Amino acid sequence: MKTKQIRQAYGEALVRIGEKNERIVVLDSDVANSTKSCLFGKKYPERFFDVGISEANMAGMAAGLATTGKIPFINTFAAFMVLRAGDPIRSLIAYSNLNVKIAGAYSGLSDSYDGASHHSLIDIAFMRAIPNMSIISVSDPIETEKSIETCLNIDGPVYIRLSRAEVPYIYDNNYKFKFGKGNILVDGSDLTIIATGYMVHKALDAAKLLKNEGINARVVNIHTIKPIDTELIIKCARETGAIVTVEEHSIYGGLGSSVAEVIVRNYPVPMEIVGIQDVFCESGDYEQLLNKYGLCAENIVAKSKLLFSRK
Amino acid sequence: MILSNAQEAKLIDLCKKFRKELIECLHAVGSGHPGGSLSATEIITTLYFCELNVNPKNPNDPDRDRFILSKGHAAPMLYLNLAEKGYFDMRELCNLRQLNHMLQGHPCAKTTPGVDLSTGPLGLGVSAAVGMALAGKLDKKKYNVYVLIGDGETQEGIIWEAAMAASKYKLENLIVILDHNKVQLDGTIDEIMPLGNINAKWESFGWKVIETNGHNIRDISSALKEAKQVKVKPTIIIAETVKGKGISFMEGKNIWHGKPIDDEHFNIAMKELSGGN
Ligand SMILES: Cc1ncc(C[n+]2csc(CCOP(=O)(O)OP(=O)(O)O)c2C)c(N)n1
Ligand SMILES: [Mg+2]
Repeated sequence: MKTKQIRQAYGEALVRIGEKNERIVVLDSDVANSTKSCLFGKKYPERFFDVGISEANMAGMAAGLATTGKIPFINTFAAFMVLRAGDPIRSLIAYSNLNVKIAGAYSGLSDSYDGASHHSLIDIAFMRAIPNMSIISVSDPIETEKSIETCLNIDGPVYIRLSRAEVPYIYDNNYKFKFGKGNILVDGSDLTIIATGYMVHKALDAAKLLKNEGINARVVNIHTIKPIDTELIIKCARETGAIVTVEEHSIYGGLGSSVAEVIVRNYPVPMEIVGIQDVFCESGDYEQLLNKYGLCAENIVAKSKLLFSRK
Repeated sequence: MILSNAQEAKLIDLCKKFRKELIECLHAVGSGHPGGSLSATEIITTLYFCELNVNPKNPNDPDRDRFILSKGHAAPMLYLNLAEKGYFDMRELCNLRQLNHMLQGHPCAKTTPGVDLSTGPLGLGVSAAVGMALAGKLDKKKYNVYVLIGDGETQEGIIWEAAMAASKYKLENLIVILDHNKVQLDGTIDEIMPLGNINAKWESFGWKVIETNGHNIRDISSALKEAKQVKVKPTIIIAETVKGKGISFMEGKNIWHGKPIDDEHFNIAMKELSGGN
């Protein structure tokens, strides 16, 4: 199985878009070697600003840069992006709809060993509730590349949810990334598993296991969490009659909430939300941690079967 | 506390032992932060073994001195000290950062006895210390609050918000120690975000500033003694240190901030740490 680190794909994509577009400037707050924004910094040192451990200042500076027509990409761990840079992101960037791209590295549990203080399980909830903000959550290296290119077409703030993890390829180079449009990866009629980010390949694994048990699950990748693909979600509800969502995020305010909001208004069907319950997690190996908190194929299968029996 | 020669010798040996155990532990688990743990070795050890009024048998004693590791990534050095003090079994260190074990990647007050405050996201410790010190004055308690911060960490704005508050409330029971190793994560402080005149900054915020050699136990303990005599203002001890101290290839190098230690580097490091022993 071919794999690549999301952060590496991100850093390389930054270098590529930086070559074509001189308005792009990149800021980091002393984690450039981790986020891989350092790759841009090596290539274009005059357009790279490492402002030290001052995330709020970084976001504020980006707001100022954007008012002049620059396109800043700001970088830090997703946890600190939300918790430290949150005010300038909302009050300066989003309020004025400034063209700043916000790259949240190490989201979910992917910075697993550093522990609960570094995990990022509330970023979708926070970003989603901010007007003007778009949210992209990438599932593999190709989607990372394509979404970085595509987000330049959006004249306003975009939160890009990245990961520290080494991820198997789901797509190939022919993949057409369409902002705001989910992808059906596997068709099925018994229920739909809607996943995002690192959970997409787990959802694919779960669908295989379900097939062995005679359940045909449809698998959908929702890479754009805001604006969400309402049309596709309603279609899945109508055609499969049940939806399981899977995300590496709190069960409050993330993908599951977004999907639930769509279906309760339009086409109510039974639903399960797989995500982190209302708890702080802990340090540990990434996969072990995901398993412990139910972010694994086995738990998706269990929840799917439960849901199927309720249909 | 006045340090006797015998005590000083004991603490020097203890630091030697801690450095070896730190490298063994980080090598074994393949994760964790060597650089900032090594620069803080003498500071944390002096605090626990000749300064802090704490009792491992009664870790929540309301009258105890408080210690906050605001630069939470130096957790392994804190854990070594806590284990040596008797808060928990030294064998816990083998399971550092592992699932279903007590010792988290960054200090967690909920799971680990002896940890006074959960930390990890940089910059938060001084504000909490201001709160603890303020409560100590309100309740007429004798305890002091000690906080260890990184030099890169002082780039966070909240550090300066806390600095103003500590000065306003005349918190003479608050002692901040700055691990001045001149290196942060992406490079040296001067490359990434220069701090300018550190002493003048803190003095202008109303703090007493004491400079010391952060690898000399006698100097650290006399700086602490001096700090406790200060009245009506908080104190910061600027401890001159070297990031990665004690291991030649790590000294002054930002890449060893949080890099896993492979077998080859482990062997060199252990040889160096065993030298002259
Ligand atoms: C708010 C926040 N931003 C970024 C980080 C990531 N980080 C961990 S340690 C570190 C560098 C710390 O440098 P310094 O304070 O000088 O510590 P030391 O040199 O003593 O290790 C960074 C950027 C963090 N833990 N918290
Ligand atoms: Mg430093």
